[in-house]
Amino acid sequence: MSIKPAERLRLKDLVGIEPLTPEEIQLILDTADRMREVAERPIKKVPALRGKTVVNLFMEASTRTRFSFEVAEKRLSADSLNFSASASSVEKGETLLDTALNLEAMQPDFLVIRHKHAGAPHRLARVLRASVINAGDGAHEHPTQALLDALTIRLRRGTLEGQVVVIVGDIEHSRVARSDILLLSRMGARVRVAGPPSLIPCGIEALGCEVHHRMEEAVAGADVVMMLRIQLERQGRMNFPTVREYFDFFALTPERLKLARKDCLVMHPGPINRGVEIDSRVADGPQSVILEQVTNGVAVRMAVLYLLAGGHGEPIAD
Amino acid sequence: MNRLLIKHARVVDPSQRLDDGLDVLVVDGKVERIAERIQDKGAEVLDAAGLIAAPGFIDVHVHLREPGYEYKETVASGTAAALAGGFTALCCMANTNPVNDNAAVTEFVRARAEEAGNARVYPIGAVSKGLAGEELAELGEMVRAGAVGFSDDGRPVHNAHLMRKALEYARMFDVPIVEHAEDLDLVSKGVMHEGAVSTRLGLKGITAAAEDVVVARDLILADSFSARLHVAHVSTRGSIHRIRVAKGRGVPVTCEVTPHHLALTDEAVAATEYDTNTKMNPPLRSADHVEALIEAVLDGTVDCLASDHAPHHADEKALEFDLAPFGIVGLETAIPVTWDVLVRKHKMPVSRFVQLWTTNPARVYRLPGGTLKPGSPADITLLDPEARATVSPERFRSASRNTPFGGMRLRGWPAATIVGGEVRYRRERR
Repeated sequence: MSIKPAERLRLKDLVGIEPLTPEEIQLILDTADRMREVAERPIKKVPALRGKTVVNLFMEASTRTRFSFEVAEKRLSADSLNFSASASSVEKGETLLDTALNLEAMQPDFLVIRHKHAGAPHRLARVLRASVINAGDGAHEHPTQALLDALTIRLRRGTLEGQVVVIVGDIEHSRVARSDILLLSRMGARVRVAGPPSLIPCGIEALGCEVHHRMEEAVAGADVVMMLRIQLERQGRMNFPTVREYFDFFALTPERLKLARKDCLVMHPGPINRGVEIDSRVADGPQSVILEQVTNGVAVRMAVLYLLAGGHGEPIAD
Repeated sequence: MNRLLIKHARVVDPSQRLDDGLDVLVVDGKVERIAERIQDKGAEVLDAAGLIAAPGFIDVHVHLREPGYEYKETVASGTAAALAGGFTALCCMANTNPVNDNAAVTEFVRARAEEAGNARVYPIGAVSKGLAGEELAELGEMVRAGAVGFSDDGRPVHNAHLMRKALEYARMFDVPIVEHAEDLDLVSKGVMHEGAVSTRLGLKGITAAAEDVVVARDLILADSFSARLHVAHVSTRGSIHRIRVAKGRGVPVTCEVTPHHLALTDEAVAATEYDTNTKMNPPLRSADHVEALIEAVLDGTVDCLASDHAPHHADEKALEFDLAPFGIVGLETAIPVTWDVLVRKHKMPVSRFVQLWTTNPARVYRLPGGTLKPGSPADITLLDPEARATVSPERFRSASRNTPFGGMRLRGWPAATIVGGEVRYRRERR
């Protein structure tokens, strides 16, 4: 199965992986691959989005995703405006819809939104003329994270097809897991998720994955192991007992990594909790591609912005 | 003397085992006589050819929101919506502000209804003071003021001991305790049915078990203390199964199901991309639960249909799915939605349909309606089984528009609503 890239994106918005076809995913990944080259230039900037305005509306804490979008926007010469919840009218009781309509009145071309409630980007996408890009909505989707994960795997492995990818951790509360499962299974990878049953949401298999509750079983023969961050604040809230016990059963240790394929990639969407879900020897080891993910994130976000602006073909002729 | 003659109707009245082409003569607000070809010179004639004439439909689960939330609904607007929906009477829930937990509020609501002169209103009082789930409210005083049952609806009676005492105490007045069955610990912060769809949408789920455990507990209590339990808005396979078994063993339990739990599944949340008009409590369940509910309506396990009319202002519903309030309006769509699912799709006999909307509601709450026996109040619903129309929320009489049925084309609409012999609503032909 080799998937031919689509010519362009049909959609105004990127609210999730769910609405994308494999051909469109291929197009984004191919475009991102070419965008990587911009970062190698002495002047890391192309004029592709000159005169376009991007509003980064981050209503939930985020460092890496927000920076990554900002870097991507700047490298494409777009004008970026940053809007974070603490500095906004949200604290004065304005609704999301009103906030968005006010921003829209300033005629931006893109709205990048991170929000703690699932479905918020969808709601805005329906009423705004600007292209809405979902930078993470509740426990729903985080499409650019899944795209950068896919790009990272593809660059290291040459293909996504047939790759056995294991996602470990708090699947229930993870938007990264949902987007990754959708994307990777759609592109022909075999996805396994692993974690205690109390952190695996019911019906997750329907998104395209197998479920495991024993780490050793899940990791056996894997091409990629992706560890999710365990949110320490969830400890003791009945989802799982303690970090100590979690580490004991589910952390990625050098011993467990040996059960995977020899060249198995170790991934993590960050921020990592050393000694909680991942042993430092693994996080910093030769199989880790955690920092490559961050680098590829910029390229993926450049590709998404560029394609939603109507771009296609050779993007960076300047 | 005021005389109204309804001619050529198909009169369906399960209380008299009637289902025939007949005329109904109403004199001074009471049913005088039902017979073939009645002649009466002085009477105003209402030609009901092609229509079904039934005892006035009763919606036993309505939130009128007054006092306190008049921006969502008032007694006047809610009862006008009831008339337009084909209902001659309704029971209204106690979660107003102040709460209907004392005779003064009960009387206030009834006086408001009297003033409005639309559908009849039978208040359901609160089980506990302030709906706090701690102390019993003055049930007896409220019964004297006109309350017909008791419920903390909107919330469950969490404390099993309080539930036991409420059930026991209410026996004195022969009124049911109505449970909103939901274990709040299990619900946690859920906003839709827990299943494959909630997982896909990344929304926190409400497990069906949250309803089942409370229904199971209450059935045990009703059984142990021989007291009347009515389970509101049953939505799961597990709870309806337990109710069926309990009924078989003679436990004094009755229950109701809403139109939306019969007509929609949790897929509606996905299909509408998080439309908050698909958010209600209990939530829209998966197809398997819906199937079990329809089966239970058809086999007689379910006693009543009831809308759980829960008006909310458009501004409240314009929030994110997690933040918007639970609830949808239902009075003006309940009859066509259930006619469509039950009579058209599942071939339910019309007399059974009428039973679910009036005979049984009157029996559960011991209300004066539910029958057209001579001498009873002339509360009559005329139904046009062939009328087709599109649900247009902008034309609702209700003060709120929060419905998931907008734009849906349905058949089987109320043609006229008669209360005490007076035609208070007549559907314009469009």
